[in-house]
Formats: sequence, structure tokens, C-alpha cells
Amino acid sequence: MKVLVAIKRVIDYNVKIRVKSDETGVETTNVKMSMNPFDEIAVEEGVRLRENGSAEELIAVSIGPKQAQETIRTALAMGADRGIHVETDDEVEPLAVAKLLKALIEKENPDLVVLGKQAIDDDSNQTGQMLAALVGWSQGTFASELEVADGKAKVTREIDGGLETIQINMPAVVTTDLRLNTPRYASLPNIMKAKKKPIDESSPADLGVDISARLATLKVTEPSSREAGVIVEDVAELVDKLKNEAKVI
Amino acid sequence: MNFELPEELKMLKETLRRFVDNELIPIERETLDGAKLKPESEKWLNEKAVELGLWQFDVPEEHGGLGLGLLAKTVVWTELNRSIALPTRLPEIFGGASPILYNLNETQQERYLKPVLDGKLKTAFAQTEADAGSDPAAMRTSAVRDGDHYVLNGSKRFISNALGADFFQVIAVTDKEKAQRGGISTILVDADAPGVTLLREQELITDDKPWEILFEDVKVPAENLVGKEGDGFKLAQSWISTGRIRHAARGMGIITRCLEMATTYANDRVTFGEKLADRQAVQWMLVDMYTHLHQLSLMVYHAAAKYDRGEDIRNEAFMCKVFGDTKSFEAADNCMQIHGGLGLTKELPIERFWRDQRSMIITEGPTEVLKMALARQVLKEYG
Ligand SMILES: Cc1cc2nc3c(=O)[nH]c(=O)nc-3n(C[C@H](O)[C@H](O)[C@H](O)COP(=O)(O)OP(=O)(O)OC[C@H]3O[C@@H](n4cnc5c(N)ncnc54)[C@H](O)[C@@H]3O)c2cc1C
Repeated sequence: MKVLVAIKRVIDYNVKIRVKSDETGVETTNVKMSMNPFDEIAVEEGVRLRENGSAEELIAVSIGPKQAQETIRTALAMGADRGIHVETDDEVEPLAVAKLLKALIEKENPDLVVLGKQAIDDDSNQTGQMLAALVGWSQGTFASELEVADGKAKVTREIDGGLETIQINMPAVVTTDLRLNTPRYASLPNIMKAKKKPIDESSPADLGVDISARLATLKVTEPSSREAGVIVEDVAELVDKLKNEAKVI
Repeated sequence: MNFELPEELKMLKETLRRFVDNELIPIERETLDGAKLKPESEKWLNEKAVELGLWQFDVPEEHGGLGLGLLAKTVVWTELNRSIALPTRLPEIFGGASPILYNLNETQQERYLKPVLDGKLKTAFAQTEADAGSDPAAMRTSAVRDGDHYVLNGSKRFISNALGADFFQVIAVTDKEKAQRGGISTILVDADAPGVTLLREQELITDDKPWEILFEDVKVPAENLVGKEGDGFKLAQSWISTGRIRHAARGMGIITRCLEMATTYANDRVTFGEKLADRQAVQWMLVDMYTHLHQLSLMVYHAAAKYDRGEDIRNEAFMCKVFGDTKSFEAADNCMQIHGGLGLTKELPIERFWRDQRSMIITEGPTEVLKMALARQVLKEYG
């Protein structure tokens, strides 16, 4: 089995996001970037499949600027065999990513594609589903457990109010939820090995995919700040405030 | 000219940063009992070292370790010292040994080095005396050859980890006439040898509890001499510079954490209607920390890379230790000031950084003494 994981370079989860003063987006200069946490879980899952013998090859794909190669290198240090970098400095919307991944699937013929359920920068939660639709594969989204055997995948999904277990046919697209696994630290010997693993480079044009934006961002603003609360003396005061100040009752 | 860490060391730094954030900082007040790791913490930490592929990172390859270059080691030291979870003065973190022991001959290695690396024997380094601290050549403890053994007499003080040590690496005078010019030697002394007494534990502002040790007519087999007679100081030269770089790398970790804590707190804390972060008095403290961290990183990476190329870094090491220890103490001091009363509490790591870094300006070469030694070089070079 061949597994492909898709990883995105995003602003590190520890960074306090700042909106640019011209409201066109968020500040990214001099900001620490790292692998989208859900994608790290995807890589870890792929590495585990590789280690338990279910997968023979694990490929990590990232679409983005030159520096996305650092993110690929991290996946290689965690245990992926090789990387593919589709270089673009443009913003890529979920549909464009799904189309690029489709093109790569046609080239690489993987049996399983694992993606994060969403990226923590735009929180779209669309790419995996769009990809499954474009390639006509089964999908198991929000996975908190994954078992692969005999051409089928058993996926436990985190859904509202509980867990749902489904069985899907391979090839399949799986997106990861937080509880699927705890990603490992890249160990020093593996970091050294990662240096020598190959990363293929290509561009959206090479893959024949039009990534032009379908959405226009009008503006990006900070969420409005919450005002400090007050402690009321008694129920009468609360009712009075709800009625006359908040005007909700 | 490239001022960047190589890509793999950046990744190592990143990995360790996360390890420290996720796993060390949350438990940093629970791992130690005094200055030492609790046995359960030590076991856990050793397992983590294996998982990170850093077990025995500081042990030369010919002794079964990773034999990392100095630049790589500075990255490890810096990141691990962003937290107070680990002991301040133990070389054995992640499975190591004090550097003298790598100079042992084969028989000595079997008996002393291997068990230390396997965690079966503990050891302490005994050089300082009441009248010989920064100036160890003034030491009086003597080892006099008598047939197939030496007879050791004298006393040492401020000996870290003496309690529980199975043997001591004692620096002693073997030839009074020659003194520091070939009259001082290193000898391994079993702690249970007759005539060895742990006299008194010394309480300090740091959590270390070093000891005063008395040697009275202690018979030490002559085969316990390390290297040749008179080699005592020469042996020390082989690792003293890297030890100074280690101080500076540690300082980088501490300044980093202080900067993180101080900026976060300054952004949150409001006094007289304004954030501390909006006060110039506080901003300047933060900017100084930031600048010192940058300066120190350049100094440390430069010195380490130079050492890894096989060049001499004596002068760089003096500068790194002095600058690293004093600026990291200053960072802890200012971070404490910004936190007000909270900075003094044991809930935060600042007070420990402050106490430890204050002590670093004195131990393993006080600032004044290192500057004195560096001054000789400066006068030679420019005079
Ligand atoms: C926590 C701790 C752990 C230690 N662990 C060990 C250990 O494991 N093994 C060991 O052998 N030792 C150990 N020491 C001892 C330590 O190395 C010495 O304290 C240190 O070398 C300074 O020596 P001293 O205290 O005798 O100070 P002194 O040599 O008396 O110096 C006192 C001060 O005088 C000034 N000074 C000295 N010389 C000059 C000069 N030429 N010019 C200008 N100013 C000068 C400096 O400011 C210096 O701080 C430890 C000490 C501490 C505090």
C-alpha cells in the first residue's frame, strides 16, 4: 500500500495572531510557522502504517512557498519516505488544493490519502471532502481511529454527540481528528536521515491545475473584544439588567 | 558568511523547544528533590532521551555515545535550560559523564567510566579548597607516592554531588616545587576508602548542597592516577573551553524563557490604567534581553562552529561565559522585577533562574578571573 499525506505550513499554534493594519489578512512576517497540527497527526498515522507493515511507502506533499520544504523536511524526519513540493506563493483555496492533490494522485497512484480535517489558519474543513468527490473515492472524515485491512478501512469518526464507526472501500481519503494519535518527536538520527531523503519539486502549472482564486476576501478584522462582566447583587438586579440594559427579556 | 544554524539543527531546536514546552515546563516544579532528579523523574527523562534520539548526546562516539559536535550540543543545552525541570549542575543529564573520565586508561574506564555511563556509579569533582578557589594552583591537598600507592592528605570544599558519590576525581599536588607547572595531578579516590570523611554540607542560596571533604592518610592505588603525574591542569584544558560555552548556551535558554515570560506578563498586567508593556522603563528591559540574546547566540554559534572546525576557542570561550552568565542573570533579575512580588514566588521559575545564574557568575571561573586571563590575551594581541 502506498500512502500520501498532505501537510500545510501554517502560523504556529502558539503565536498570537495579529491582523494587518490594512485589513487584508494576518501578519506573517517574522512570525513562527510550523506544520498544521492536524497534518502532523496525519503524518504520524502514515508513519504508523509504514511501521506496522501495512504501507510500503509514505509520501508527504505540501503546497506553498519555498519554505514549505521545511515542513516537508519535518515530515521526512518523522518517518515519511519522500516529499513532493508544489511551489506557489499564491493563496491556495481548498478547491485548488484538492485539484492539485488529484493531479498528484493520478501520478502517484496511492491507496490511501490522509489529510488533517482542517488547517488552523483558515479552518475551512473542505479539502479532504472535495478531494474525495473529485477522485470519486470513499471518505472517512474526522477519524479518531483507523484500521486498514483487506482493501478496506475501518474509520471511527468523531461526530456530534458520539462516535460513528464506518467501513469504507479503498482507495480512500481520510481526514484526521485530534484524538487519532499523538505525533512523535522527530528524533535526532531521523532528522539527520531526513536530510538525504528526496523532495520532488513541481508547480501548479506543471500539474496543469488552475489555482486562481474563486473567493474574494473583502477584509479581515480582529474579533470584537469582550467587555468585562459585572457581578450582580441579587436576582432582582439581574432581571432588571437583562430587561433594561441588555434588553433581552 | 552564514549566520544561520544548519537546517537539521534548526529542526532539532524546534523539536526540543516543543518537548520542553509540552513535557518539561508543565512538570518543572515536580521533577527535583533538592538539586537532584527524583528517581522516577530520572527514569522518565532517560526514556525521553532515548525517544528523542539524544541518549548520551554528550558522550564521545568512541565511548558509545552520539559524539555530537559542539554546535549541536549548544542547541541541546540551550533548549533544555529553558525550563527548571533539570538539575543545574549535573553533567549526567541524558546519560553523560564529567569530561575528565574520558581521559582514563582502559582499566580505569572499565572500573570507573563505564559504570558511570551505565548509571551504576556516581562521582564528584574535587578541586576547590579553602585557600584555593579561583586560583587552584594554590591548593595544598597532597598526594605523595609511596611504593604502589599514593597517600592523600588535605581537604576540599564546595564539592557538588559529594553525598552519594562512589568516587571522587581529586585534584592534588604531587610535586610542590613544580606546582602548576607539572606538579598537580588528578587521581580517582573511592569514597569508601579509609580516611575519606564527608565533613559538612554547605547550605547555599541555590539548591545545590556541596560538601566539605577531608582526606586523612588515604591510601590510593597508584593505578588510579589519571594520565601522567603532573598532568592535572593539562587534562582540564581539554574541556574547560567547551564547559564555558555550555554556560553561555544555558544562558541563552534562560534569557529566552525570561523574555517569553516577561513579555507575556507585561502585555497582561495593567497598573495606573496602562499595560506594563506600554511603559518605556519596561520596554527597555525587554529590548535589552532581546539584544543580549541575539548577541549571545552569535557569539556561541560562532565559537561552537569554530571549535567544530578544529580551531582554538580559548578567547571566545572566556567572552561567552562572562557575557552569557552575566546577561542571563540580568535577564532573570529584570524578569523578576517586571513580575513584581510574583517574580519572587516559587510558583514561577524566575527565582530559581535568578539564584542559579547568580551562582554561575562565581563558579567555574568568576567573571573577574576570566577577564584577567582574557586581558593577557588582549594585551598580547593589541599591545
Ligand atoms: C554551587 C557550587 C558548586 C560548586 N561545585 C564545585 C565542585 O563540584 N568541585 C569543585 O572543585 N569546586 C566547586 N565549587 C567551587 C567553585 O568553583 C569556587 O567557589 C570558585 O572557583 C570560586 O572560588 P572561591 O569561592 O574560593 O572564590 P575566590 O577564589 O576566593 O574568589 C573570590 C572573589 O574574588 C574575586 N577575584 C578572585 N581572583 C581575582 C583576581 N585575580 N582579580 C580580580 N578579582 C578576583 C572574584 O570576584 C571572586 O568571585 C562550587 C561552588 C559552588 C558555589
